[in-house]
Amino acid sequence: PFGNSHNQLKMKYSTEQEYPDLSKHNNHMAKVLTPAIYEKLRSKQTPSGFTVDDVIQTGIDNPGHPFIMTVGCVAGDEETYAVFKELLDPVIQERHGGYKPSDKHKTDLNPNNLKGGDDLDSNYVLSSRVRTGRSIRGFCLPPHCSRGERRAIENLSVEALGALTGDLKGKYYALKNMTEAEQQQLIDDHFLFDKPVSPLLLASGMGRDWPDARGIWHNDNKTFLVWVNEEDHLRVISMQKGGNMREVFNRFCTGLTKIEELFKNKKHQFMWNEHLGYILTCPSNLGTGLRAGVHVKLPNLSKNNKFEDVLKRLRLQKRGTGGVDTAAVGGVFDISNADRLGFSEVELMQMVVDGVRLLIEMEKQLEKGQSIDDLMPAQK
Amino acid sequence: MPFGNTHNNFKLNYKVEEEFPDLSKHNNHMAKVLTKEIYTKLRDKQTPTGFTVDDVIQTGVDNPGHPYIMTVGCVAGDEESYEVFKDLLDPIISDRHGGYKATDKHKTDLNFENLKGGDDLDPNYVLSSRVRTGRSIKGYALPPHNSRGERRAVEKLSVEALNILDGEFKGKYYPLKSMTDAEQEQLIADHFLFDKPISPLLLAAGMARDWPDARGIWHNENKTFLVWVNEEDHLRVISMQKGGNMKEVFRRFCVGLQKIEETFKKHNHGFMWNEHLGFVLTCPSNLGTGLRGGVHVKLPKLSTHAKFEEILTRLRLQKRGTGGVDTASVGGVFDISNADRLGSSEVEQVQCVVDGVKLMVEMEKKLEKGESIDSMIPAQK
Repeated sequence: PFGNSHNQLKMKYSTEQEYPDLSKHNNHMAKVLTPAIYEKLRSKQTPSGFTVDDVIQTGIDNPGHPFIMTVGCVAGDEETYAVFKELLDPVIQERHGGYKPSDKHKTDLNPNNLKGGDDLDSNYVLSSRVRTGRSIRGFCLPPHCSRGERRAIENLSVEALGALTGDLKGKYYALKNMTEAEQQQLIDDHFLFDKPVSPLLLASGMGRDWPDARGIWHNDNKTFLVWVNEEDHLRVISMQKGGNMREVFNRFCTGLTKIEELFKNKKHQFMWNEHLGYILTCPSNLGTGLRAGVHVKLPNLSKNNKFEDVLKRLRLQKRGTGGVDTAAVGGVFDISNADRLGFSEVELMQMVVDGVRLLIEMEKQLEKGQSIDDLMPAQK
Repeated sequence: MPFGNTHNNFKLNYKVEEEFPDLSKHNNHMAKVLTKEIYTKLRDKQTPTGFTVDDVIQTGVDNPGHPYIMTVGCVAGDEESYEVFKDLLDPIISDRHGGYKATDKHKTDLNFENLKGGDDLDPNYVLSSRVRTGRSIKGYALPPHNSRGERRAVEKLSVEALNILDGEFKGKYYPLKSMTDAEQEQLIADHFLFDKPISPLLLAAGMARDWPDARGIWHNENKTFLVWVNEEDHLRVISMQKGGNMKEVFRRFCVGLQKIEETFKKHNHGFMWNEHLGFVLTCPSNLGTGLRGGVHVKLPKLSTHAKFEEILTRLRLQKRGTGGVDTASVGGVFDISNADRLGSSEVEQVQCVVDGVKLMVEMEKKLEKGESIDSMIPAQK
């Protein structure tokens, strides 16, 4: 009785009649989706009923920007990446530097494999942060999950986090029960996440039932933070002032590994496979889902005409200190890894640690009025 | 989001308590009516196109409402929504439409000759007159739920129907997605252009999907008859002009609507209508006539009178600012229109507007002369 009725009704219309108008669009989905691919996929659905139109809706409703390439599609469950692979494999390939359907992704969350990272000059590096996402196998993802599923994820997550001890011991703040005082404190700590206003997120259904089953957990020290049911089931963040990226990564790996154990004890795993690594809502976060970065003062280097090239060679990207799409203030930049898939967590961290160290050396040279030509790195 | 409802099956693995929305901070008609019992009864149902109770209520869950404005908090995805989910929608309709019962019958009367007067509202006070309604085309899903193919089919049929119109109705269609800059400027200057919905009420219901595909504006050469295609409803039909000749506005409205309906019927697609709910539209608040007939009228003295609200209630009228719903009035000029939609006919509702506005203009004149209006306060209609 509960077939995908409306999808079947749509089949009465020809592909031409249903195919979206992407003529003004500039996102990965629009570049990849041909009528032939749409025709092949339009009759399909995942076991939970996610269809190709569900995958692409956000990319249709948000044509994109001439200079920023958004992804333009989302997954509704783990199986989306298999059922709609004719669309998603090319999108992944475009977004993740040529990553092929046959490629394997390596996961390495052993912090001992990171070399150095505890001595970035704190005169330049103001803060260090690592974040990733995790999806809980067996549940639909934020674009598609029901209230019951979302609440189940919250319950499981709060139980798991509640079992953390030592410096990871903390507390959960459900968005819908937050007191004014708690809310103000979380805002002051820059921890509070607000209802998504980004049209990219709203168009994919991630704002439904807000703020039900959404919340923030953090440890007493405020160095380990978990967002529940925002853009992904879980977003895990380790952060602290200064340049000790090694410690941040240690805490990150320890915390993540403990959380994963606690979920496994309850018979729930994270979504992961050897091709795509960790499965997340947005294809841009596949693999490690990891963005590791620092807020670093580079007033001279950032004005140097080789800055962009240096970043590219180091496989790093810059953002303003308000996050993606913000501008830098006072010569302070957010510098982080550009890659997510095809490199392990340790490898990406190493790039950030080594890269930022080099950028600071360059900054110091420029301060002394010296050239940085001999410091230019090879393409990683 | 709307299309798959295999997921509805999955949801049944969760208990009602686990799936029932948290409506504790909500103030809309849906939140006042939806109990766990009703949700239990409806959660395993779907319309033939696959619209589920969660689809109906999503907008009301996501938009808790305002302490002073009661929004409806639910939408229909197709004609059958009103039947399949009547355990929820009948009480909402009753609350919203003054106690309208599940057994009541609605009368449609689009015979403009049945309107008495309305051609002599004082243009020193009545600046402009307007009548609007909506229509849904039978056999297609509604804006919260329709696919691109359906929406384009609605557009195609509508443009064919509108292009047949001649005489005073002869006009042109401007699709939103191929509008030139010059056309866009002109439509903005005429106050005709509708923009992508930004209201969270509409966005949460899925009505902005695929914007601006298959959306457009049609108007006649005189700019007195205007049709919006695929905005909040399949069609919104508007008749308007400067001054106080409501009779003429209503005549044009009725004649135009009937001509359009004829063409749709020829293609075997009539308008959604039944004898209980009248014209079936996306939002339950627009059922019945879907008609809002109103004027922009100068009432600087009457609007500051202590009995203004009372008078409006008795006349079954409502006030808005001249920017439309939720705007404030400017310079003592108000938008005055009928409050009812369901349970009275088009002629009856426009009659309320015509008679009521005439009375209020007389009251305004009295107050200008410093006289009392106590003897003019009407009985409750």
